[in-house]
Amino acid sequence: MAMDLLRFATAGSVDDGKSTLIGRLLFDSKSIFTDQLESVEKTSQDKGHGYVDLSLLTDGLRSEREQGITIDVAYRYFATPNRKFIIADTPGHVQYTRNMVTGASTADLGLVLVDARHGLTEQSRRHAVLLSLLRVPHLVLCINKMDLVDYSQEVYSKISAEFTAFATKLNIPDLEVIPISALQGDNVVQRSENMSWYSGPTLMHHLEHVHVASDRDLVDVRLPVQYVIRPKSDDHHDYRGYAGQVAGGVLKPGDEVMVLPSGMTSKIAGIDLFDQEIPEAFPPMSVTVRLEDDVDVSRGDMISRVKNAPEPSQDIDAMICWMTTAPLRPRQKLAIKHTSNSARALVKDIQYRLDVNSLHRDLETKELGLNEIGRVQLRTTKPLLCDPYSKNRTTGSFILIDEATGVTVGAGMIND
Amino acid sequence: MTATHADYRLSQLDQLEAESIHIFREAAAEFEKPVLMFSGGKDSIVMLRLAEKAFFPAKIPFPVLQIDNGLDFPEVAETRDRWVQRLGVRLVIASIDDAIARGIVVDDGKTSRNRLQTPTLLNAIEENGFTAAFGGGRRDEEKARAKERVYSHRDEFGQWDPKNQRPELWSLYNGRLHEGEHMRVFPISNWTELDIWDYIGREGIEIPSVYFAHQRRVFERDGMLLTETPLNPLREGEVVTERTVRYRTCGDMTLTGCVESTASTIPEIIEEVAAARVTERGATRGDDRFSEAAMEDRKKEGYF
Repeated sequence: MAMDLLRFATAGSVDDGKSTLIGRLLFDSKSIFTDQLESVEKTSQDKGHGYVDLSLLTDGLRSEREQGITIDVAYRYFATPNRKFIIADTPGHVQYTRNMVTGASTADLGLVLVDARHGLTEQSRRHAVLLSLLRVPHLVLCINKMDLVDYSQEVYSKISAEFTAFATKLNIPDLEVIPISALQGDNVVQRSENMSWYSGPTLMHHLEHVHVASDRDLVDVRLPVQYVIRPKSDDHHDYRGYAGQVAGGVLKPGDEVMVLPSGMTSKIAGIDLFDQEIPEAFPPMSVTVRLEDDVDVSRGDMISRVKNAPEPSQDIDAMICWMTTAPLRPRQKLAIKHTSNSARALVKDIQYRLDVNSLHRDLETKELGLNEIGRVQLRTTKPLLCDPYSKNRTTGSFILIDEATGVTVGAGMIND
Repeated sequence: MTATHADYRLSQLDQLEAESIHIFREAAAEFEKPVLMFSGGKDSIVMLRLAEKAFFPAKIPFPVLQIDNGLDFPEVAETRDRWVQRLGVRLVIASIDDAIARGIVVDDGKTSRNRLQTPTLLNAIEENGFTAAFGGGRRDEEKARAKERVYSHRDEFGQWDPKNQRPELWSLYNGRLHEGEHMRVFPISNWTELDIWDYIGREGIEIPSVYFAHQRRVFERDGMLLTETPLNPLREGEVVTERTVRYRTCGDMTLTGCVESTASTIPEIIEEVAAARVTERGATRGDDRFSEAAMEDRKKEGYF
């Protein structure tokens, strides 16, 4: 069995012990190198800390080290013999919601930390809400600092019950609650000897074994065309291939397909991966598809099945996370990028602003400020080939770009 | 394909490859004039391999740019030439000596050639009108890189502003530029050193011979083993000995250290890398050792 890949996002602040936990995962899986550790030890000493501050491993930018906080998303890597892990390490405070949303956008699993002494906080609820909104399929709640509550089963059960009740209001298909001490190492990699009452997995065991392959949609065929390959060389004079990364479904030679938005149909003549013809393609493979008929296909088009195609639409109803200081307002015009397609979009209406702490919908608001999330109606200059985000995280997502500055200012998830 | 197709799972290398190919195709479609920055080292060779796969059977639709600092290993240039010839891509060489001669770069005798690479590179990008430059940077290399985007914006001075990076979500990349700006694109951001070696082994592709164990006359400086070369005169007390070594990275000969090693095949290198306790840059790159933020500072100026 070849090694596979798990992307997970962590959200939290230094107070929750997030950096210590990541440091622990890296350290115990032998992914921290001696020169990195020496550098951290030296800086910890220089700063007068009485301990090795593992957050220094992840807070990479000068400004972050100066302020002692994580600001931006940092990507960290470690591997065990079974799996490679990519951590998107994001800050926890509300003013960095956009960074959390960014980290969660590609995650298979989200890790929320609470301090056992304080139980669920507004912050931990918000993290769960954001992970649910971004449709991260697996969630782990780590109840940290168990050493400071005498490894009490009662504390664990109370927080666990409270969180489970809260999670029923969200879209969280898979939840695991693990009592840990990141500082002491209990239940992180090594099973804790202090919590014999806990029979569940350690965090590392769970990360290594959580089943993510079936999170992908293998039914609804979606291939956004990125690039048309036409070598025009003597060897490949008539070659015409449509290159893209499979966003859904399984494609096979001989399958009848429809190209959108034109609606033309054809059959798959062959699927190429470099110099190999392959029998099938599925997410997230990057392949090149050849068609039997000479139909007109270009970048931004979508290849799907005849009876199962996304609906071309110029009216988009989506949850939008706003990422810049100047607020989003009705009548605003923005550039939109959806799969390999670009268009312009007009903000028709802001229906409500979602309070990510209480799930309350504020219907009075007429704008979205930085880090705020709301339900928005857009009208685009041309039809986009959309699926609900709940069905497909690739064809259901888009970004909004300020046309003057060129900056990414919003992230959108298309509603059902 | 090493994928386990029966259950529609892809190995980590196949997933990384698919992601990198997606990035190459996006950038080639969206930028008017991309270029691939090629050092001849293992990371840029893997990058070139991925670009080859992304557009096959067509040729790679952009040229390859090398900054010649005059201090590269000759073995690296030989490997580069074979790759370029096999793929039929155009090679653009920007040399530091040439940039100094033309007055574009000022050699004050104190600045290392590593630092002189930055103005030479920025000038080459500007002169050729390149709007995007693919780089082989990996996020596991260094902590400033750990925070860098796949599409990393550079202003009209070629500067990186780490505090003001564009959010990057899903696999949606924002390639918007103003006149005179350019994008650095890092298709192998999510690869680790071990992934690179696994991939080189799997693909059976040629890399420079200095990566494999060989006999070399070396001397010790600042805790690193440097190669004997007329380009790097010995200082007082430094003694040359012959040892069995290999390089973990391929940079400037006068600053890049080698490690004692008998690993002469890819599997042996993989075994060695998996057991290594020091990062490849920490072990062997004099240019990263100046301060905690050496890489961040150089990157802000426009370094690779």
